[in-house]
Amino acid sequence: MSTTAEVLHDHHDNQLKGIKRWLLTTNHKEIGTLYLWFSFAMFLVGGAMALIIRAELFEPGLQIVDPQFFNSMTTMHALIMIFGGVMPAFVGLANWMIPMMIGAPDMALPRMNNWSFWILPFAFAMLLSTLFMQGGAPAAGWTMYAPLVLQTGDAFPFLIFSVHLLGVSSIMGAINIIATVLNMRAPGVTLLRMPLFVWTWLITAYLLILVIPVLAGAVTMLLTDKFFGTSFFNPAGGGDPVLFQHIFWFFGHPEVYILILPAFGVMSQIIPTFSRKPLFGYASMVYASASIAFLSFIVWAHHMFTVGMPLSGELFFMFATMLIAIPTGVKVFNWVATMWRGSMTFETPMLFAIAFVVLFTIGGFSGLMLAITPADFQYHDSYFVVAHFHYVLVPGAIFAIIAGTYFWIPKWTGNMYNEALGKWHFWLSAISLNVTFFPMHFVGLAGMQRRVPDYALQFADFNAISSIGAFVFGFSQLLFLYIVIQCIRGGKKATDRVWEGARGLEWTVPSPAPAHTFSTAPDIEIVKQETGV
Amino acid sequence: MNRMLLATHKLTVVKLLVVVVAMFGFGYALVPLYDLICDITGLNGKTGQISQAESAQQIADTSRVVKIQFVASVSAGAPWDFYPNEFEMEVHPGGVYNTTFKAVNKTSQEMVGQAVPSLVPREASLYFNKTECFCFNRQDFKPGESRDMPVQFIVDRDLPPHIDSLVLSYTFFNITESNQKS
Repeated sequence: MSTTAEVLHDHHDNQLKGIKRWLLTTNHKEIGTLYLWFSFAMFLVGGAMALIIRAELFEPGLQIVDPQFFNSMTTMHALIMIFGGVMPAFVGLANWMIPMMIGAPDMALPRMNNWSFWILPFAFAMLLSTLFMQGGAPAAGWTMYAPLVLQTGDAFPFLIFSVHLLGVSSIMGAINIIATVLNMRAPGVTLLRMPLFVWTWLITAYLLILVIPVLAGAVTMLLTDKFFGTSFFNPAGGGDPVLFQHIFWFFGHPEVYILILPAFGVMSQIIPTFSRKPLFGYASMVYASASIAFLSFIVWAHHMFTVGMPLSGELFFMFATMLIAIPTGVKVFNWVATMWRGSMTFETPMLFAIAFVVLFTIGGFSGLMLAITPADFQYHDSYFVVAHFHYVLVPGAIFAIIAGTYFWIPKWTGNMYNEALGKWHFWLSAISLNVTFFPMHFVGLAGMQRRVPDYALQFADFNAISSIGAFVFGFSQLLFLYIVIQCIRGGKKATDRVWEGARGLEWTVPSPAPAHTFSTAPDIEIVKQETGV
Repeated sequence: MNRMLLATHKLTVVKLLVVVVAMFGFGYALVPLYDLICDITGLNGKTGQISQAESAQQIADTSRVVKIQFVASVSAGAPWDFYPNEFEMEVHPGGVYNTTFKAVNKTSQEMVGQAVPSLVPREASLYFNKTECFCFNRQDFKPGESRDMPVQFIVDRDLPPHIDSLVLSYTFFNITESNQKS
């Protein structure tokens, strides 16, 4: 409240009520809330699509949906979960937490922040509207491989333009985060004193800046190939469809780290808190994150080992991919070392975090198996791949988002969530997710293909188990919704520190965090106490 | 927010936007880069092209025989009959050889086609050069027209010794529509 700008801000807030407050808000906390609610809505939509897929696969044969629609579901499920579920959720967490963690009053570019959020509902309205179009929603896979994707009906330009809009939103969000972290740290918060969540997000933001424009270029090429007679991917005109795969995965592989690096950051906040020990190997965590980001640019062709690359290329991409296991291993060992001999307690966020460490590692190991080129020729496009990336994304990215929500929601709402229900949510989710995805390893190794609505009879039992697990997992998430709403409406009052072992500037502000925090920079002694190693 | 900070933000945003624009350009730069890498490495079975004069300088190595098989296919929905007139040839590296492929326009309309070549084994594509090929140009067909289309090629004398047979394939694409557009 010390500067004129702040006084104006408050005046501004008081004026706006109802829908306008949310439409026009430039407050990082309100925008964070918008992002989180939007991502939860998309999580339910994408989840409903997953349940349609699992319902169809409950038994062999075609029973519920026709194959074209089934393929639309796999395509849309992926696009919505990646661009609508996971990415906005992490941007929401970043909006809420980064300014408070570095002692900044707000994000660097509040108006752009508003804009980057409000693009999203329009982009997804466009994407979802394709479900009602002639020719159906996009069904060529989220990877949009040419020439198959060019056969999409009326939905095609809507798909392309929604990807453009999502890209614009992500790039603006990333620029905002970089500007905030680089320019707005409170005195004393040096780069190597920043909480790891801020670090991983800074690296993620750079990844976004570097690869989202490449995706935008790739889909623009698809657009001009389809409507303007260019031949980027059309062999008749001198193009090459394999080129699309190269460009797409040049974006696509860094993209998977965009989905997981912020999750690493959330884990690195939660595990020390509930182990009541500082994070083990802080600096190595930072360097490991940066190495993972760097390596992500030179491994893309491991997604396309079977296109016919020269042996030297396959060897290079195989070894480069395996190299990523080293920095990732550093992280996993550091988390385990943080827990080692800590005074651990097992509140809901910690339970999700421990499940993350164990299950993400399983997903990492199946990733190593897939990295072995000769073995990949068998695994390629099988359910083993589906099992792999769901193990890194569901107990990886999504568990991190859920854990982060339980961890920080007392700070957001001022109330503790219901711990008993939180534990129910955890155990239901953790068990059902393994029931869903673990059998997919077996059917995949035995030869069941992905993106096909029917399968051979011998896969029936495992698929039925997977489907049951999926429905339990899906409906368990409604419990999460209930817990969150209950926590917003009331509950045991949270202290400012919230968790006994919590350390960081965000825990020095009152709970619930007032609309404006750190209008004046925090005292340098407090900064020194709360940050760094 | 003070003015200094605003200026700093502005500089950061401008720098980052330059990166964004450059990366958008890089996506497009991957297209010629990809072609270049394919040309250098012979990836994708992209074969070489040399002039008549260059090919005349080579002398056939009669001590060595390489078998070449020809394959022809049409892409989905292209209304041509398309096949090699000779299915197999035995050639000496360094010698210049000719063969023809036959294409028949099965429709009663004027059609334009484009053939795209590919060679296996990939390793050999750097040593397989064409001096003349129907695949260099688009092919116009009158309604119902049938035509023999020539290829003249030379297998380089430096072809690695362990390669004793090659397969040259052509895929014929219908580009009538895109041709009218341009």
